[in-house]
Amino acid sequence: MSSMNMVQALNSAMDVMLTRDPNVLVFGEDVGYFGGVFRCTAGLQAKHGRQRVFDAPIAEGGIVATAVGMGAYGLRPVVEIQFADYILPAFDQLVSEASRLRYRSAGEFWAPITVRSPCGGGIHGGQTHSQSPESIFTHISGLKTVMPSTPYDAKGLLIAAIEDNDPVIFLEPKRLYNGPFDGHHDRPLQPWASHPAGEVPDDYYRIELGKASIVRPGKACTVLTYGTMVHVCLSAVEESGIDAEVIDLRSLFPIDVETITASVARTGRCVIAHEASRTSGFGAELGQLVQEHCFHSLESPIRRVTGWDTPYPHALEWKYFPGPKRVMHALKSVMEN
Amino acid sequence: MNADNPLAVSPATLELYVPEPAARPGDTPDFSHLHIPPAGIVPRPATDAPESSLRELPYQLIRVLDGQGKAVGPWNPKLSAERLRHGLRTMLRTRAFDERMVRLQRTGKTSFYIKSTGEEAIGVAQAFALNRDDMCFTSYRQQGLLFARDWPMVDLICQIFNNRKDRLKGRQLPVLYSAREAGYYSLSGNVGSRFPHAVGWAMASAYKRDSRIASAWIGDGTSAEGDFHYALTFASVYHAPVILNVVNNQWAISTPQAIAGGNEATFASRALGFGLPGLRVDGNDFLAVYAATEWAAERARRNLGATLIELYTYRAAAHSTSDDPSKYRPEGEANAWPLGDPVERLKQHLLGLGEWTEERHTALLAECEEEVRAAVKEAESHGTLHSGDDDLESLFEDVFETMPQHLRDQLDELRSIG
Ligand SMILES: Cc1ncc(C[n+]2csc(CCOP(=O)(O)OP(=O)(O)O)c2C)c(N)n1
Ligand SMILES: [Mg+2]
Repeated sequence: MSSMNMVQALNSAMDVMLTRDPNVLVFGEDVGYFGGVFRCTAGLQAKHGRQRVFDAPIAEGGIVATAVGMGAYGLRPVVEIQFADYILPAFDQLVSEASRLRYRSAGEFWAPITVRSPCGGGIHGGQTHSQSPESIFTHISGLKTVMPSTPYDAKGLLIAAIEDNDPVIFLEPKRLYNGPFDGHHDRPLQPWASHPAGEVPDDYYRIELGKASIVRPGKACTVLTYGTMVHVCLSAVEESGIDAEVIDLRSLFPIDVETITASVARTGRCVIAHEASRTSGFGAELGQLVQEHCFHSLESPIRRVTGWDTPYPHALEWKYFPGPKRVMHALKSVMEN
Repeated sequence: MNADNPLAVSPATLELYVPEPAARPGDTPDFSHLHIPPAGIVPRPATDAPESSLRELPYQLIRVLDGQGKAVGPWNPKLSAERLRHGLRTMLRTRAFDERMVRLQRTGKTSFYIKSTGEEAIGVAQAFALNRDDMCFTSYRQQGLLFARDWPMVDLICQIFNNRKDRLKGRQLPVLYSAREAGYYSLSGNVGSRFPHAVGWAMASAYKRDSRIASAWIGDGTSAEGDFHYALTFASVYHAPVILNVVNNQWAISTPQAIAGGNEATFASRALGFGLPGLRVDGNDFLAVYAATEWAAERARRNLGATLIELYTYRAAAHSTSDDPSKYRPEGEANAWPLGDPVERLKQHLLGLGEWTEERHTALLAECEEEVRAAVKEAESHGTLHSGDDDLESLFEDVFETMPQHLRDQLDELRSIG
């Protein structure tokens, strides 16, 4: 066990997998010698060699496309897209190629690739260093989409993603790299060192994709969330005094329907929170799942807390970010009926 | 052995090749592998020369200023001393602005900044060679172009501060300017995406029988994006009146230009496969940059289509205020750059002509600093990043031409809940 922040945990996951499996390669913009603009691959080139950890040209479509080709050969590439906002130039390669290779070749070829990318706002990154594009991937059949919220989960999930034989989009909330940011941007950030999930095993372990985690048990209502919003919701629940159950989905697809529905069936109330914008966001899918499985248990309408349906602004970033106030408001409103 | 094919040899073991730069931190900067030809030796073809006669140019290096600061050879644009002094002054204003903005970022008045240090000749000399109404699709490192077009410093600082007078309403990261009246296209955070917009704009200008041309800039690193290839293809097919510039400053954040293919062929030579002229130019030589741009602009205006220009330079500063180059390149690499500094070289040229003095230079430096200081003061009177003048409505404006109902509802939600 070591105390790790999320960057170190991700680094450790890649290090472990590079060591265990000669078919694992790591590449992306600035990931080689420098170790990535967020330092997630720091030291990996020095340890595992330039042929296994290297810089890529600035061509996201090319990065994903060559990863697919390596996957077709039999390697297990782990690529970094510097910001989730820059996955979009690779969108066609993900949607039309990586996700369908197995289906269209009837299992002759497949793309066991992992696409890591920092997502989310709160770092004054403006509109192209802040987005949360998860729902455009969960909409695509053949892709898995994962978003951890702690160092412990980040390592175990990344190892499971790398070992998965299907393409996995692995989104890392960059605001959580250094600590469990709870939305109070005017307060000092607690480091991961003072959080139990900052204790991370040094060796190999997996967290299966598709298993949610109940991060705070409660009886009054269910909060479905993931990524940075897990910590925002936890702090809002404490402040509100409402005994809410907070579920960190961790994996958006595959999704842990059982844990979600068991909880809502118990509490009868549900708040969904994500940082991405609202319309056609992943919250819409979650709300419908709950409605389908728990309609008869629901005692009040499901509420969504999300970013607005605008690009992510620079100066007014905290007016965009769905902070604890908005979560508390939703908690109170589901409890009113 | 392949019995059917007597020429087949037993294959060597394949090996994956990954390039590295000549020097890394701890090493001595090393540019000995670069071939820098003397100034003045590259012939200057007529601007209507057929592309088939221009195919040597992408592997040469157009240089006008020699080691002593003398302007030599056929590419000398023979600018008046007045124009040269104006160029020097504009580069110095750009440099003073950059220095000051980085200092303001350190004090928290803004979140981010990008300098163009060492590359000022590019934005400035190219703006000089273009017409004021030619449309420019720059990257984030050609701010000199705005100074050359006398765009007010205060306006730029208001954007950098995201204050009440920021015309972009606080929406954009600092330096991702937009200044339509200066012929300066809106910058996105995605690198490269604007490069083919310039071609579309140029095609539109041709369609409208306009006389304006477009010019676009992309970094060495970003030339790997598909956008670069879209731009060259469309420009070539439709003979678009556009200048496509690759600023090869050797680095893309921590990534050496070799990772964009720069060790295999020059960036200018990408033009060859598209049947476009490609010029390779000393980017730290104000006169050479001016002359090459003037040549390409004249060619475009004569309806002879696009030119690709590689501007060979060095990124002397960090990538941005978020970057620390000591982690990936050797100390002192900028000083070892064999093509020197664009400001120093133009200054030396003017001194040699007897059109400049050290005293005037010192006075000009002070004048530039004072201009920036005054502009900062004025901009600050309209607020800085954290002055908290929140115009909530502006967050929802301009998503569409008129604000749809769901955004009005979300604005109400923000107002009532926070
Ligand atoms: C589509 C996209 N991918 C990645 C990035 C991140 N990024 C910003 S600048 C940069 C390096 C660009 O290098 P280069 O094109 O050489 O231009 P320079 O900064 O050297 O002027 C990168 C990778 C981005 N902004 N957009
Ligand atoms: Mg560059």
